[in-house]
Amino acid sequence: MPNEGRQIVIPGQILGDMPAFKPGRGTFVENKKIYAERLGVMNIQDNFINVIPLKGRYEPIVGDVVIGVVEEASTSNWMVDINAPYPALLHVHEVPWEIEFADTEKYLNTGDAILAKVLSVDESKKLQITLNDRNLFKLKGGHIIEFEPSIYRRIMGKQYSMIEIIQKYTRCRIKVGKNGRIWLDGDAEGIAKVLQAISKIESEAATFGLTDRIEELLKKDAKDVR
Amino acid sequence: MKSDIKLITSEGKRLDGRGPEDIRKIKIEAGVLHRADGSCYLEWGGNKVLVAVYGPREAVPRHTQNPLRAIVQARYNMAAFSVEDRKRPGPDRRSVEISKVISEALEKVILTEQFPRATVNVNIEVLDAEAGTRCAGLTAAGVALIDAGIPMRDIPVAIAAGKINGQVVLDLGKEEDNFGDADLPVAISPRTGEILLLQMDGHLTVDEFNQAFDLAVKGCHAVSEIQKKAVIHKYQTIAAEVQE
Amino acid sequence: MTIVPIIKRDYITNLAAQGKRIDGRNFDHYRKIEIETKVVNKAEGSARVKIGNTQVLVGIKMGLGEPFPDTPNMGVLSTAAELVPLASPDFESGPPREDAIELARVVDRGVRESEVVDVQKLVVTPGELVWLVFIDIHVLDYDGNLFDAASLGALAALSTTIVPAKRFEDQLPEGHQKEDFPLPMSEPPISCTAVKINDFVLFDPCFDEEVIADARLTVATDHNGDIRAMQKGLSGSFSKEEIQKVIKGALDNGKEIRKKLKEVTSS
Repeated sequence: MPNEGRQIVIPGQILGDMPAFKPGRGTFVENKKIYAERLGVMNIQDNFINVIPLKGRYEPIVGDVVIGVVEEASTSNWMVDINAPYPALLHVHEVPWEIEFADTEKYLNTGDAILAKVLSVDESKKLQITLNDRNLFKLKGGHIIEFEPSIYRRIMGKQYSMIEIIQKYTRCRIKVGKNGRIWLDGDAEGIAKVLQAISKIESEAATFGLTDRIEELLKKDAKDVR
Repeated sequence: MKSDIKLITSEGKRLDGRGPEDIRKIKIEAGVLHRADGSCYLEWGGNKVLVAVYGPREAVPRHTQNPLRAIVQARYNMAAFSVEDRKRPGPDRRSVEISKVISEALEKVILTEQFPRATVNVNIEVLDAEAGTRCAGLTAAGVALIDAGIPMRDIPVAIAAGKINGQVVLDLGKEEDNFGDADLPVAISPRTGEILLLQMDGHLTVDEFNQAFDLAVKGCHAVSEIQKKAVIHKYQTIAAEVQE
Repeated sequence: MTIVPIIKRDYITNLAAQGKRIDGRNFDHYRKIEIETKVVNKAEGSARVKIGNTQVLVGIKMGLGEPFPDTPNMGVLSTAAELVPLASPDFESGPPREDAIELARVVDRGVRESEVVDVQKLVVTPGELVWLVFIDIHVLDYDGNLFDAASLGALAALSTTIVPAKRFEDQLPEGHQKEDFPLPMSEPPISCTAVKINDFVLFDPCFDEEVIADARLTVATDHNGDIRAMQKGLSGSFSKEEIQKVIKGALDNGKEIRKKLKEVTSS
């Protein structure tokens, strides 16, 4: 498999020269040299050098599907915690309901969870999210767990292979937000299994063959139950 | 009082057996705390330091926010039992000053422009103190910041040089700090050689300063290697453990 | 990985209804306890205690000073706690808040009222000069149940404390003991804490359990099986039966913890 060197890099480490390579995510350039800006794994794609972070806060990008928890309802908007360094604003125009002035609390109140999309990120990192899409909605019931946002891709797996395996063996309803949050609903046993799998992915994120090991873990448990 | 104590022999041997350019033993471990976003435990001679990083997160109260970049708030604190005579808990003038110069040093290497209005909190706890705690704290902070996934231009590192019985030496020990002639803590960005922190007290000629400064920079590079090894070790181990 | 607080309560109570806890423990079981002593060179005694992910460092410093006027024949004990911002995203710097003060006082009471330190042997000149014992609790990582971790840390640190008479020989009167000696101690009582969530009583709460707990009860028991200190906290209430349950759990767990403490401090 190409680009899967899994070489661990640290801030300030030189990764390559321009113009042979181009600076991608998680890098910065000084004097035409490309450096890693954070702890991560190096990945080269189409001559772009990227650093896929191993740790760190979620950094919102427009279009990301995220799981938010409402912090505060005001007359014409809500402030929503999306696990970023800053809260996100959800305006009444960005929800699928007709809301009369100051009636926001009827629809979403403090503590409610939503599956939302990042609508805009301005220069000073002011965030807006939206619920205006048929795949976005209020999450009723269930539980939310948080994981290291940098391992989102590992949790989804190649072509969603990992998340499908987890769903198959636990029979839970699962929504994964790019912001390091998972919403899930199911029986206690299934939920416990999901937690176990996520913990394992989190601690072994930088390794090969993870999907197979997770499947083994869930399979083994499945036998124990039956 | 100063010159009464023989801190270094004519052969260049110091009280603890080190030569003039030898550094005390350093041990660094990354990612040791559960609640923190990033952490580091560091032992440096008789110093024991623990650092936790939280953030970036929205700075509160609001008036502390910078609309263009993150602020860096280091807090250097000595445990009451970390020194010979019990220290009253909480900040004093010394710890406030050290917190300030460390915050400024870290701010230079952190890519603060990526997080406007936010703060990065760096909490440095000195658990056992024996000369050079600010350098130990800043060095540990560098590792804890990496462990927290904070974007940085480089990994900051610090060490002190100084003068004892008229001779320039690296990494002052306990008696050398108390009875030496000068103390020169220096923090650098090892990749670029930029000076991030510089303080001096005591008495040095210009020649001695140059000599001590060069020695400190050399020492920083040596400590920097230990820092990098600690981080790579931590994350490589995780990879190796499950590779079977 | 953490469970988000707002939604957490249902999850924990649903599990509890099936007799389970989020980390797989039984209701009356403790997390793994680790005790390490003599971890701080500058302190006269020290210990680092881990209960699960919770980590507390306790250091003992000693000095000479005047006794309190009403107890001229006793040394002075003093306990302080710092909830430093290192230990939790929610701890702030500044003067100790009521949480830290309650923690320090509960530990202090456990040590003082149980007479675990023989303060009468800490007198140099009655009414004038006695040994002062400072117990400083430094919380390093907060994942619940600070009371037990801090109490255990204080006991372990005190058990390894050496009175630094040699260092203070200039201040000690002629003819007085000037060699270092171990701090005079007797059998310590052990504190055990349980919380109540709905109708369930859970020992050694982790952070996720502690933040949703309705009530908390700490019971310190001694080697004779007697009760030596109690503290009820939070706005919920206990029934008499529940209190009996906590006492029984405190006795059972206390026995195990005492054994562990002895192993560590007697070596």
